[in-house]
Amino acid sequence: MPDKDLVIQRTTATVPQRVEAVEAVLDERGMKPAESVEQLRDMAEEAWARNGARVVAKAWVDPEFRKRLLANGRDAVAELGITMPKHHRHLVVLENTPKVQNVICCTLCSCTAYTIIGLPPDWYKDLEYRARVVRESRTVLKEMGLDLPPDVEIRVWDTTTDTRYMVLPAQPPETRGWPEEKLAAIVTRDAMIGVARL
Amino acid sequence: MDGIHDMGGRQGFGRVRYAPKAHAFHADWEVRANQLYGLAVRAGIFNMDEYRHAIERMEPRHYLTASYYERSLTSLATLLVEKGIVTREELERRAQGAFPLAMPSAPGRTNVVARERFKPGDRVRVRLDFVPGHIRMPGYIRGKTGVVVGESPLYPFPDAHAHGVESQDEPTYDVRFRSEDLWPNSAEPALIHVGVFQSYLERVAPA
Repeated sequence: MPDKDLVIQRTTATVPQRVEAVEAVLDERGMKPAESVEQLRDMAEEAWARNGARVVAKAWVDPEFRKRLLANGRDAVAELGITMPKHHRHLVVLENTPKVQNVICCTLCSCTAYTIIGLPPDWYKDLEYRARVVRESRTVLKEMGLDLPPDVEIRVWDTTTDTRYMVLPAQPPETRGWPEEKLAAIVTRDAMIGVARL
Repeated sequence: MDGIHDMGGRQGFGRVRYAPKAHAFHADWEVRANQLYGLAVRAGIFNMDEYRHAIERMEPRHYLTASYYERSLTSLATLLVEKGIVTREELERRAQGAFPLAMPSAPGRTNVVARERFKPGDRVRVRLDFVPGHIRMPGYIRGKTGVVVGESPLYPFPDAHAHGVESQDEPTYDVRFRSEDLWPNSAEPALIHVGVFQSYLERVAPA
């Protein structure tokens, strides 16, 4: 193998340099990012995850919406004005109960319903989570701070196609009767991935 | 391909580096890498299967040490070169150093001819298929038996779509496996659900 193809060598450009090179190439060919770095950061970390929180809060207070959401997630979230990328043709909503904990992963890469639950954090895309959560789910969840009673069944969902999953967390009993906006504020991305309970 | 990306069930890894409410981005270059990938997808330069496959084709040592956004950038740059939009030399000149790209692609394949429509409750087995190109079947379900719990709308067939091979769209099935069947005597009890393309499945007589 010639030297220039070696992965690790002294002269390899840094990753930010490589980003700049690709950006310059696309720029020169008339492709410019529409959003600023700040806008994209806010969308990925805040706005998208708030979409999912609104969906969960609505499902908690509106039993008819909950039924529609569980039957066809993509159509139901569209009622709230929430869109998904074209290639995400199906959204399956997974209902947690006191005896069932659903948890999402992508062992092959890092697929998520990102316009619903936000872009995934590092740990979701790391080798540890992808390797272990399908085989040692209870231990992994415990290490992450979710120590489930032994009678809770764990259901892991590996996102191997363009169907997307989101977890519908169980509503904390003390929040019954709260208005929808206040409920949405307690819903976290990690609960919609299924590694935390509310 | 039985690549390094196929992580499910691999042993030897330590604790998940978890922090509650962890951020998706750290450095600005990560946001920009993500933007550039989005631009290229919207411009139709490549499809999602080509994109995922170019990540899987990364040299394994590079794959294991790269962060997520470096993997994403490597796939984007590889496809820009393979599609003739830029040469590797231009990228390296602009980056002022070597620009590691993914390894070449092996041939893809089209759908399996004898495909069956399944319904929830059907018992299915994952075919013993070994393919050199792109496939969305994690190795841990190969040859394993499970139960169908859901059916999706039609999707492009990844094994073909990543390689420009003609194929028909087909549904995927959410199949429920028992972890003890996937890793006998070597897994914690759980129900593992995997989205499986119709071409990867065959019917099993009811138990």
